[in-house]
This record gives sequence, C-alpha cells and structure tokens, in this order.
Amino acid sequence: MSRRPATSAGAPGTRRVSRPDAEEIGRIFRAQSGRSLATLIRVLGDVALAEDAVQDAFAIALERWARDGLPPNPGGWITTTARNRALDRLRRDRRGRELLDEVARLTPDDGELPGDEFEEAGGGRVVDDRLQLIFLCCHPALSLEAQVALTLRLLGGLSTEQVATAFLVTERTMAQRLVRAKRKIAAAHIPFRVPADRQLPDRLDAVLGILYLIYNAGADQPAPLGEPSLRAEALRLARLLAGLLPDEPEVAGLLALLLLTESRQAARYDEDGSLVLLRDQDRARWSRRLIAEGQQIARACLRRDHPGPYQLQAAINAVHADAIAFADTDWPQIVALYDHLLALDPSPVVALNHAIAVAEVDGPQAGLALIDALDGLDRYHAFHVARGELLFRTGDVEQAREVLVRAAALAPTDATRRHLRHRAEQLALQQPG
Amino acid sequence: MPQYMLSVHMVEGDDRQPTQEEMELRMKRLGELEADMRASNTWQFSARLHGPDTATVVRKVDGRRVTSDGPFAESKEHLGGFYVIEAADLDEALDWAERTVDATGMPIEVWPFVATAGH
Repeated sequence: MSRRPATSAGAPGTRRVSRPDAEEIGRIFRAQSGRSLATLIRVLGDVALAEDAVQDAFAIALERWARDGLPPNPGGWITTTARNRALDRLRRDRRGRELLDEVARLTPDDGELPGDEFEEAGGGRVVDDRLQLIFLCCHPALSLEAQVALTLRLLGGLSTEQVATAFLVTERTMAQRLVRAKRKIAAAHIPFRVPADRQLPDRLDAVLGILYLIYNAGADQPAPLGEPSLRAEALRLARLLAGLLPDEPEVAGLLALLLLTESRQAARYDEDGSLVLLRDQDRARWSRRLIAEGQQIARACLRRDHPGPYQLQAAINAVHADAIAFADTDWPQIVALYDHLLALDPSPVVALNHAIAVAEVDGPQAGLALIDALDGLDRYHAFHVARGELLFRTGDVEQAREVLVRAAALAPTDATRRHLRHRAEQLALQQPG
Repeated sequence: MPQYMLSVHMVEGDDRQPTQEEMELRMKRLGELEADMRASNTWQFSARLHGPDTATVVRKVDGRRVTSDGPFAESKEHLGGFYVIEAADLDEALDWAERTVDATGMPIEVWPFVATAGH
C-alpha cells in the first residue's frame, strides 16, 4: 500500500492529521504493543486472553488510526483498548466472572491500569512488565523449543507463521507448541515475576542462552532476511534486557557480543552464498558503526571486573575488530582471553577455539597437539575444519584434504558445505605458504 | 492456592541398598523437610508406596469385576511415594522439590493439580 501524500497545511491553527496506512499502523503497533501485552499478562494472569485482547486492539487500531490518525500515546491507547476488550471477553464468558472481579480489584475506577508502565516491587525496585515476561518465556520448566517460540511470539511480536518459518516447522506444529506452552504456564502456575535473588543468576543465564540461540539461528541464514529477522529480534531483545538490567555485566556482554558478531555479517558470505572465514573476509565490509558500539559496551562492562563467558567472547571479538587485516590480529591477547574463558567454561568447543588461537601464536604443531587431545568433537564440523587447516599448514596436504571432506559432510548449512568442498579442492592444488 | 504432587520414582534394578548411616541421614532430612512443610501450611498429604508387585488393577468387563496383578504399565519406573503440597506458584513448588531431592537423593517430579471448587 502506498502512503497517502501529506496534504498541504490547512487553515492556520488547524491540526494536520496524518493518517497512517495499514503497513505503518502494523509497524507502530508491533513496536508499541510488547509492553501492553506484558502489562495485560500481569493484570489478567492469562497469556492467551492477553494475546487475544491485544489482537482485538490491533483490529480496532487498523480501522480507527487510519480514520482519525495516530493517538498521541499509541502504547497507552493499545493497553487501554486491549484491557477493555479483555473485560468484554470476560463478561461474555461465565467462567470469566471470577477473574473479572480480580481484574476489577486491580484496576482503579479511572480506567488507568495499576502502574501503567512500571510497578513498585518488593525492595523498592521498579520492575518493567517486559522483564517479568522475559523470565516467564524463558522459564526452565518449559522445553527449550517452547522457550524460544514464546520469546519470539510474546516479546518479539512475531506471528506464529513467522516463528514457524524461522525454525522450519509448519505453522500448525508451531501453533500447537505455543498452545501447549501456554497451557503449561496456566496449569502449573508458572509465575510472572523476576526470580528471587537466589535463583536469579541461573535464570538470567537461561535467558541469555535463549537470546544467543535465537541470534545464531538467524546467523546461519545467509540470504537477505525479510523483516523481522531472528538476528534483529535477538539484538532488539538483548538491548531491551540490557536497558532493564543495567547492573548485570553479562547482559551487556551478550549485547556487545551480538553487536560485534553482527558487524561482520555482510562479509560472512560471498555472492554465491558460500561462507567466508574470518581470515578471508573483506574487512571494509564490516560495519564500523556496530563495531564502535559493541567495543564501547564491551569495554564498559569489562571495567567492572566481573568477567563472564559472554563478556570474554565479546572481548575476543573486539580484538578481532581492531585488526585492519587478519595478519594484524593481536593473537597473544586472544589466547589470554581464551585462557580465561576456558577457566570459566571448560567445554570442548571453547578448548577448540583456544587451540586455534594458540596455533596462531606458537605454530600449527602446537595447535594440533591441543586439538588432538580433545574428546567428544568427532561429529562437530568445526573440529575437522580446524584440524584440516592446521594439517595443511604443517605440510600434510593429503591428510588435510581428507579431513576437510569429512568436515563438509558434517557441515550444518549449505553455505558452510559449499565453502568446505571448495576449500578441499583448492588444497589439492596448493602447497602451504 | 495451587496444589502440586511431588513424586519420587523408583527405577527397577537400581535397588542398591543404602547403608544404615545413609538411611538414618535420609530419614532425618525427610523429618526436617516435613516439619517445615507443615509449619508453613505447605504439606497436604504424603505417602510411601509398597513395590509394584503389590499393586492390583481393577477393570469391569461385561459388567463383571476383573482384577489383575500389577500396576497398569509394565515399566522400569514406578511411583515410590509422593507429597501433595500447596504452594503460591511453580517456583515455590520447585524450591520444595529441590529440598526433597536433597533429602531423598532422587529426582522429583512436580505435577500440578487441576483446580477444584474450594481451592
């Protein structure tokens, strides 16, 4: 739909009403309705009812905003309209009467919702409803798949169809997954609140893990992404969370990590969609704007001196971003950061990346020795990629080629597979430099 | 207030007998746990069950009662015992479940009750 041309100013003193089209209404509604949905879930205590009410409000907005122009406070309008629609729905439903009394108690007569945007919680903390909603969506009593789906649906405002497409399942399957999750929230009384301090570190870890998973699910898609993309959603939610929990350095660490990773996205794939490794990327295509923002956040959180896995990974990416060319990379610094990360998270994948960095400082033999000592990565393509590249640099071209063919067979995406097959062919023709 | 069943499942073939000392420690912890559950009005009911070979299934076939030996499902796991508790929400129920794990050394299943009139 095309946008209506703005009419020239009318008589002096007449307020010009700009009438948004459906597309613009959709965009504004999506940006504003997250907070309304979170508030309604808190007030109604019922996720499905809150969703239906916000959906009702959208139908009304499409008609009314197009006719009368945007309300002065679209977010407030959505909350009030959806609240009224929820009350209507409850009045029609007998079983809703009990709930209705409860909502009435929580809703002062003037029609404003209690703490329309913020609520004073225990200990004098001001809690945003969206923060409580994040913890609800990422509750560990829900399956990982359900946590991801709920987060994208309720916080990201993606449609069920969009979430389904992103995870390559049918809309029907995704709809069932969401219904099941909402049923469990209601039946098991999964609470809508920020976890107690004792549980907070673990629960926050789970939330960060979900956002990182959503980002990475989007990072494997080389094609230009339609709106909204999983990467953009993960970044938006990480920003939101960093704003809501400014005193948690790992939240800032995740945001910095996502920004720095995203800064390289345009250089990660070549024209035919093959993966381009860090060493071969055209660094002119890196986004200086995202690098500057990511580095600034990474520095600020590391200054607090509570380094965690996300902060350290952000710092490693910040060091890469500093190098004008691959050869300029400060590898000793990266090895030191991986040493630290390995101490906090002694997982085989971290150990593999540590070994790759060591190879850049102490040579391919040193890296290979570390890699060959690793267990449990035989099905992981990156393990074979690293081995293959290091074998090549030791001069063992034939074995390097074989290992890369094995890596290609295990690659998770077409882009990676294409890159690895190409690389294996290349090696057959080359001698190590 | 929502009610939950916290249940412990025994796994067949996993019947390593605890030592006298372990047994006493377990009983002591369970005693403390139950005292705390009662003091906070959390505890509603609890029971320990005999083994699955003592269970009987009753059916009706053509209007006649038919009984058979054993629990419903032939499975390696069976219900060993349970608490019925009242808690504000799932997070509170999970806290009690964690204490039950600490006391029994076994994983605990937390299962919500369907609300009935009066609850």
